[in-house]
Amino acid sequence: MATPEPVPGIDLPVPARVAGRVQESPTIVTLRLELEDPARQAAFRFAPGQFNMLHLPGVGEVPISISSDPDHDTFLGHTVRMVGRVTRALARLPVGARLGVRGPFGRGWPLEAARGGDVVVLAGGLGCAPVVGAVRYVLHRRRDYGRLVVMQGVKHAEDLIWRAQYEAWAREPDVQVLLAADVAGGDWPWNVGPVTELLEGARFDRGRCTVLMCGPEPMMIAAARRLEALGVPAAAIHLSMERNMQCALGRCGHCQIGPWFVCRDGPVFRYDRIRPLLGVRGF
Amino acid sequence: MPEPGWLPLQRADALLATLREAGYRVVGPQVADGIIRYGPLGEAAALPWGVRVEADAGRWRLRRTGEGRAFAWANGPQALKPLLFAPEETLWRTDADGRPAPQAPEAPPPTAVIGVRACDLAALALLDAHFLRPGREDPWYAARRSGLLLVAVHCTHPAATCFCASTGDGPEAREGHDLALWELEEGWLVEAAGAAGERLLAALPLEAPPAGAAERARTEVAAAAAAQTRRLPEGPLQARLFERLDHPRWAQVGERCLACGSCTAVCPTCFCHAAEERPGLDGSSARVRRWSSCFTEGHSYIHGIVLRPDARSRYRQWLTHKLGAWHAQYGRSGCVGCGRCIAWCPAAIDLVEEMEAIVGDA
Ligand SMILES: Cc1cc2nc3c(=O)[nH]c(=O)nc-3n(C[C@H](O)[C@H](O)[C@H](O)COP(=O)(O)OP(=O)(O)OC[C@H]3O[C@@H](n4cnc5c(N)ncnc54)[C@H](O)[C@@H]3O)c2cc1C
Ligand code: SF4
Ligand code: SF4
Ligand code: FES
Repeated sequence: MATPEPVPGIDLPVPARVAGRVQESPTIVTLRLELEDPARQAAFRFAPGQFNMLHLPGVGEVPISISSDPDHDTFLGHTVRMVGRVTRALARLPVGARLGVRGPFGRGWPLEAARGGDVVVLAGGLGCAPVVGAVRYVLHRRRDYGRLVVMQGVKHAEDLIWRAQYEAWAREPDVQVLLAADVAGGDWPWNVGPVTELLEGARFDRGRCTVLMCGPEPMMIAAARRLEALGVPAAAIHLSMERNMQCALGRCGHCQIGPWFVCRDGPVFRYDRIRPLLGVRGF
Repeated sequence: MPEPGWLPLQRADALLATLREAGYRVVGPQVADGIIRYGPLGEAAALPWGVRVEADAGRWRLRRTGEGRAFAWANGPQALKPLLFAPEETLWRTDADGRPAPQAPEAPPPTAVIGVRACDLAALALLDAHFLRPGREDPWYAARRSGLLLVAVHCTHPAATCFCASTGDGPEAREGHDLALWELEEGWLVEAAGAAGERLLAALPLEAPPAGAAERARTEVAAAAAAQTRRLPEGPLQARLFERLDHPRWAQVGERCLACGSCTAVCPTCFCHAAEERPGLDGSSARVRRWSSCFTEGHSYIHGIVLRPDARSRYRQWLTHKLGAWHAQYGRSGCVGCGRCIAWCPAAIDLVEEMEAIVGDA
């Protein structure tokens, strides 16, 4: 038996540099990464919704979605929310710092299949990075898609990042942006309440749309049920799932949900397929 | 296929010598620290001659009988898994500048393992399916797997915990091996499977088998199958398990389960591992993977939440995966009926009994 060598970029991280960083909020940073090998950077292909494993030597390695545009950007964008040890260290990286990248991994959003129909994006929680890439993707290819509805929910009004970005998106033709905060602050012209309530005001073709969701699972479950009640087929609803990931290669077993390895069969799942185990405690 | 040959037990060392001459390092079972362990084997005399295993839920004991057989026992806590899927493996290193320095997988010298059981072979096929998935072969596993030669032994003395007959994996070794031994009181009937095995068979100083040896050997192995009393409920169990996630028995077994992970550690098909970073004092760092288990808290951790906080949900993960989801992933159950998880459970939990209670009524 010929023994395969570890593949750089898959089994082993390849070195990359922080080429730019944007402090989106006190706890959220967008990193622009460039692989040190220009040929490798130029050849890097991915789809929105896929993710990379970012390795910080001496600290650890975590899965982070790719939020840049696969065709228009010459760097890899990663929006990182500081929640623990590794994300805190990643978010503090200065421009020029070196880190390791493996990827891209997983199945992204079905944006090819979505062509010709409306795209509905529903995001709960902070800096819901997996869908940001999808929104930018659709906006860059505006004529290929119908209406674009972006719904974003946050807990507290002051948590909202990319406020200017949402406002800019809302000015584009056939784009509707709906925002909701569980707890509103002073300057909050939008909805107060759960993000699922925004669905009532969303205008899109329920029979010809693709729904992309990410955020806390109870939110996604509630929204998926509501969408079905509104006449959206379950097969048109897609959810990005998060599970503990140690390898991203379908080997470590940590990301399993029943029969699926989230790193390989996901992270994006069709609602009708994953529904039986969705919300079941322990999976 | 060439005729089986006969190696009298007093010439058992010829097997080791032939394997060494063919370039293999020889690994085999030996009694050490009160258990049977697979390690480098210097001479045939070091094999577990004249011992039997008495096992039951939460119990595994060696008993010395002094009889003249080397394989009159079923299995110890581990066999092939640690040789291929290393309990700990360095995946890569980074230098002080944070540059990844490729770490070539450590390829052990060609290794012949003597005393591989039918359940071990079935488990190996499952580990291969997992770690050697086409297009995404695990290079570290592949390096350890590539030089492996397997000398199987058909089981004649199953433990009370064995149920390989009910999973269809034993006690006769059917595939995946190179040589197979049928052990009788006076000698080994040696059979080859495949080209490497046939070359070795030809190189062995074999005799013509005594009259009736083959029949006696087959009768013993058939008796070993008939002697097994534990049986898993008729499968496949995937649909039934996932229909019964709320069965009250999960909570009852969760009360007894210590979530220690002994079962997943001894299970020859469990593949879970966790990665950790080991920073060195000089600024370099190593990325290391280690065996892990769905019984650990970290297995289902995502920032701030443990999805499986209790023994009930972890025990349910283990068996819904092992006997259920494995079918979807690898086309068969992940259990090969070796009974190790029963014997090595400190709380004496018996998966066969649990499955009988949860999905036994069809
Ligand atoms: C497919 C996918 C895409 C993701 N995309 C993004 C993104 O674009 N931006 C972002 O900020 N976060 C994203 N996350 C979540 C991010 O991976 C976790 O926040 C991160 O792993 C937490 O690591 P930590 O060391 O900072 O936290 P700690 O709480 O200290 O976690 C310790 C370890 O547990 C594991 N772990 C903890 N939480 C998670 C988790 N949610 N998912 C997987 N492993 C976890 C990691 O191995 C981590 O190192 C994504 C997760 C997945 C699975
Ligand atoms: S589940 Fe138990 S009996 Fe089945 S293969 Fe694993 S250790 Fe052996
Ligand atoms: S999830 Fe549990 S049962 Fe499945 S392979 Fe991992 S440790 Fe074994
Ligand atoms: S992250 Fe390791 S199997 Fe999916």
